[in-house]
Amino acid sequence: MDDLYREVILDHYKNPRNQGTLDPHDFSYEDENPLCGDKLRIDVRLDENKRVKEVAFTGRGCAISQASASMLTETIMGKTLDEVKQIGKDDILEMLGIELGPVRLKCALLSLKVLKAGAYGIDGQHYHDDDE
Amino acid sequence: MNVKHLDAARLRADFPILTREVKPGIPVVYLDSTATSQKPTQVLEAMDRYYRLSNANVHRGIHTLAEEATTLYEGGRERIQKFIHARSLKEIIFTRNATEAINLVAYSWGRANIKAGDSIVLTEMEHHSNLVPWQMLAAEKGASLNILPVTDEGELDLSSFDTFLRQSPKLVSFTYMSNVLGTINPVSEIAAQAHAAGALVLVDAAQAVPHLPVDVQTLGADFIVFSGHKMCGPTGIGVLWGRQTLLEAMPPFMGGGDMIKRVYLREFKPNELPYKFEAGTPAIAESVGLGAAVDYLSAIGMEAIHAHEQELIAYALERLEEVPGVKVYGPTAEKKGGVASFSLEGVHPHDVAQVLDRDGIAVRAGHHCAMPLHDRYQLPATTRASFYLYNTPDEVDKLIQGLYKVKKMFG
Repeated sequence: MDDLYREVILDHYKNPRNQGTLDPHDFSYEDENPLCGDKLRIDVRLDENKRVKEVAFTGRGCAISQASASMLTETIMGKTLDEVKQIGKDDILEMLGIELGPVRLKCALLSLKVLKAGAYGIDGQHYHDDDE
Repeated sequence: MNVKHLDAARLRADFPILTREVKPGIPVVYLDSTATSQKPTQVLEAMDRYYRLSNANVHRGIHTLAEEATTLYEGGRERIQKFIHARSLKEIIFTRNATEAINLVAYSWGRANIKAGDSIVLTEMEHHSNLVPWQMLAAEKGASLNILPVTDEGELDLSSFDTFLRQSPKLVSFTYMSNVLGTINPVSEIAAQAHAAGALVLVDAAQAVPHLPVDVQTLGADFIVFSGHKMCGPTGIGVLWGRQTLLEAMPPFMGGGDMIKRVYLREFKPNELPYKFEAGTPAIAESVGLGAAVDYLSAIGMEAIHAHEQELIAYALERLEEVPGVKVYGPTAEKKGGVASFSLEGVHPHDVAQVLDRDGIAVRAGHHCAMPLHDRYQLPATTRASFYLYNTPDEVDKLIQGLYKVKKMFG
C-alpha cells in the first residue's frame, strides 16, 4: 500500500493547524487550482524583524492540498521573508514525505504558490511560478 | 422488438487492456469511458495492418499503396455514413475530434452568418467545447448567448425556451447526452421548436453516438459532432455531419492541401465536399481504426449496448444510494446514460479517486470540462464513474466496496 495518505497528512487534513484569517495582516493572497477547484488563502503577520509572527489559511480542496497548507503554516513560523521566498518544491515534498504524480503535485504545491505570491507581493514584486 | 442481450464478460476478451493489472495482483476496473473508451483488438489490428501493409498518403497517388490507403481511408467514411444514416458521403467531414468539429462550424458557418445583435441558444449542461467556441464567436461579432438552465434534478429547464426563440436565434446548440449528469435530452422536440423559430440546430453527440442508435434522418439536427475515441476508435479523429446544402454554402475552414480544386498564386477554388473541409494529410490510420470500431459496435448492436448500460446505471444508482454521504447528480436511471457523477460528503473527489485507484478502480475526479454546470450545483468538482459495453455489475460492486474504504479512511 502506498503511503500517500500517511497518518500525518490525514491528521493535518482532519485537524488543520492555523486555520482562519488574520485581520489586519501584513500580506494576504488567494489563488485556486482551476483544474480541480482547490482554493486557498493565506494571511501573514510579521514582527518588527520581518519574521513570520502569525499565519492563517482558509481553503477548500483535497487532503493533499489542505494538509500541505496546514503543514506549511507550521514550517514558516519565525522565518524571514527571504527564507520564505527560498522554499521550493523539494522542500514541500520532503515536508509531506510522499511521492506525487504530475496531477497531485499541483495540489501539493498550491499552498507554496499562494504563500510566495503573497511574500513577493509585499515588496511590489511579481512572483514567477517556476513549477508551472 | 426484442433487444438481444449483450454478453459483457465475453466482450471483455476483445479488450487487451482490461486484462492488465495496474498494480501486482490488482486488475484494472475501468469506469472512465465517458472520457475515452478502451479499444478492442479488432481496431488495434486494423490500424496495425494498415501501417504494416498499406501505408501511403491518400488521394492523387497512382501507385498501389496510395490506392489501397485511399480506399481504406474512405472506407472509414462509408462506415460512419451508414452508422448514422447520412444521405451522402459528402456530409461526413473528418476532424480531429468533436471539439474541432464544433469549432469548424463556429468559424465557417458562424463567421459567415452571425452578425451583431444575433443570438445563439446554448444550455447550462454543455461541455466547454460547446460553450467556448460560441463565446469567442459572440465576442467577435457582438452577438449574444442565451442559456437554457438545468433543473435541480439535472434535466433541461425549457420554460425560458419560448422567450429565447422569440428573439429569432440563428442557432440552438446543445448536447444529446450530458457528460456529467448523463441526462439524455429530448433532441427531436427541441430541434422542432428551434426550426419553427428559424434557427439551425447543432447537436453535440459525443456521448450519444458511442452509446445509442443515432439516425440523423429522424434526429432533426442540422449538424452533429462526435469523437472516434469515445466509441472504441482511436484518438485524433472526429466527425462533423451536416446537411449537404448547409455545408455547400459554408466557406472553407482551414486552408492547404487537399481542400482545393485549383490553386493560383493569388487565389484558389475550394474542393468539393467533404474534402473542402479536410485540409492537409488526414488521419488515415485513424479512419481505418474508426471504421473497424463502427463494424465492432454494429455487430454487437447499438440497442443492445444501450440496454446493457441502462441495466448497469440502474444497478449503480441503487448501490450508490446505499452508501451514506453519497449524493448522485442527474436524473433517474431511465432518463440517463451510463454516467454517475457524485459527491461523497466530507471527502474531496481527488481523494476519492486516489483511494479507489489503489484497488485499480479508474474513475474521473474534477469538473469534467463542465465548470458552469458544477457552479450550478455549487460544487468545485465531482467524482464520475461511467460505463460502457465491457463493464459488469461486478465492477459496480467493486466501486461500492472502494467507496466504503474511502469513508473509513476519511471518516
